[in-house]
Amino acid sequence: MTPAGFSPRSRSVAVAGALAAGFALLALVGPFIVPHDPLAVDLAQRFEAPNLVHLLGTDHLGRDILSRLIAGARTTLGSVLVVLALVLALGVSVGGLAGMLGGRIDAALMRLCDVFLTVPTFVLALFMIGALGTGLVNVVAAIVLSHWAWYARIVRGLVLESKARDYVLAARIAGAPARAIFAEHVLPGIVPPLAALATLDIGHMALHVAGLSFLGLGVQPPTPEWGVMINDARAFFWTRPLLVVWPGLAIALAVLAFNRLGDALRDRLDPTLVAGRGL
Amino acid sequence: MLRFVAARLALIPPMLLGVSLLVFTVLRLGPGDPALDYLRLSQVPPTDAALADARAMLGLDRSFAVQYLDWLWRALQGDFDLSYATRRPVLPELLGYLPATLELAGTALAVSLAVSFPLGAWAAGHRGGWQDRLVRGIAVLGVSLPNFWVAFLLVVAFSVTLGWLPPLGRGTALHLVMPALAIGLMSLSVNARLLRASMLEAGSGRHVLYARLRGLPERAVTRRHVFRNALVPVVTATGMHVGELLGGALVVETIFAWPGVGRYAVSAIFDRDYPVIQCFTLVMTVVFVLCNLAVDIAYAWLDPRIRLGEDAA
Repeated sequence: MTPAGFSPRSRSVAVAGALAAGFALLALVGPFIVPHDPLAVDLAQRFEAPNLVHLLGTDHLGRDILSRLIAGARTTLGSVLVVLALVLALGVSVGGLAGMLGGRIDAALMRLCDVFLTVPTFVLALFMIGALGTGLVNVVAAIVLSHWAWYARIVRGLVLESKARDYVLAARIAGAPARAIFAEHVLPGIVPPLAALATLDIGHMALHVAGLSFLGLGVQPPTPEWGVMINDARAFFWTRPLLVVWPGLAIALAVLAFNRLGDALRDRLDPTLVAGRGL
Repeated sequence: MLRFVAARLALIPPMLLGVSLLVFTVLRLGPGDPALDYLRLSQVPPTDAALADARAMLGLDRSFAVQYLDWLWRALQGDFDLSYATRRPVLPELLGYLPATLELAGTALAVSLAVSFPLGAWAAGHRGGWQDRLVRGIAVLGVSLPNFWVAFLLVVAFSVTLGWLPPLGRGTALHLVMPALAIGLMSLSVNARLLRASMLEAGSGRHVLYARLRGLPERAVTRRHVFRNALVPVVTATGMHVGELLGGALVVETIFAWPGVGRYAVSAIFDRDYPVIQCFTLVMTVVFVLCNLAVDIAYAWLDPRIRLGEDAA
């Protein structure tokens, strides 16, 4: 028997956590530790197989694949973090306002959310890029605009739930202003479930960023980004399938790590959900 | 039940109206100038005179409200203007591509349900065993793999290496296998995991114990009292996957040269072909809303509290 603290499950969570931390670190310091310049074109060294100089080989322009993967961590994961921060800010503001104020403002804000939620997320993101234009900044804006309504909805629900708690009622009876009640009594209670949700969504959003870049709508070459690398490798895919495999593996590992971490956080912070999810 | 469906149907027109206003407003507020894009796609040099003409022709010189109402009135009659790029009416063109996309997304949904049900039930039946761990492993992996990457891996395995499946195009059922699997993998994984968990939960319910005490055979207990109850959360989740399946189809289509709306929409986005972008968004929203309506009806049918009309809201 394994001791309770080191069940196979918690070990796998620890591995996921370490992997997620590793990816985060890579996004932070990646550009400083790349073995080669990720943008350096060398047509004499096209399509090199993995070797000691280029551990994962080179692409169709002779660029070092490992370096591009490491540098790409910042583009892909960094943009996801920006998206997440903006979505949380927008979701907490709108959902918080709706939940705290109630009445007509609540109704109006929720109808606005309904409109955004009526369009399928990925279609809404495509539409926003159509309106704003392609490029990394616009992809970030498009994903924020296509996801914020989910968060506003959830935050509003959490706010309503905690407004019914005794300590919030007590604060209201004591005459505390709504803003103070929100900041001091409601917000601390909704941060943990939001954190779990946001962690679970990192993977989902990374898939969207990569998907849009893969379609050529997001990050533009030659910037190293995982979705772009897959798109670059498409043309040579029949003869060099490994070029597609590496960046996909990077996306899959990062998403897997953050998903496992999010699962664990959710189990820990929101025990009511565990029953419905099986180990 | 009828009251429930009617109440759901009544919600649809105001929501679509809201979406049309959102789409129209955002496109007008966006940084682009439709007149300029129109001239570019028509290959007319954008002189001041040409721009003024284009503005007048596209009706951009009128007030926003007039533009919207005029556009809405024509859209309601099925007229979504001409594509700037092809100069053909947008709606018939888009509807020409739509069946291929729906075929793909629909097959992906069918694959998801057909595979996740036995998989989830199998795992629940062998709780804690290797079967359970295998299914859970598949589920964890399945939600983490990018669908377009899975598509490439499938092509490498089944077209390049084994030569079993056609790598491109549409036609036979064999052409559907790889794209549908790549698109449906995520929904399949979530559903298998969810069905497993909710079967275990339903199986511990009191009604199951009584059914066993009544002497019902185990298979009947599982089918009638466990599986049916366990389906409710899976149906809810599947409703939420519809959007992902449609989105997945749009991406994966480009890999298999599948003649659907995905490639049409992406090229319209590159071209800033406003009428196409507008119509694409609205048509996909209508598809999405109708799918959700179907899911709601399935949900109501599974849950007798709604089916028997206790609560029409």
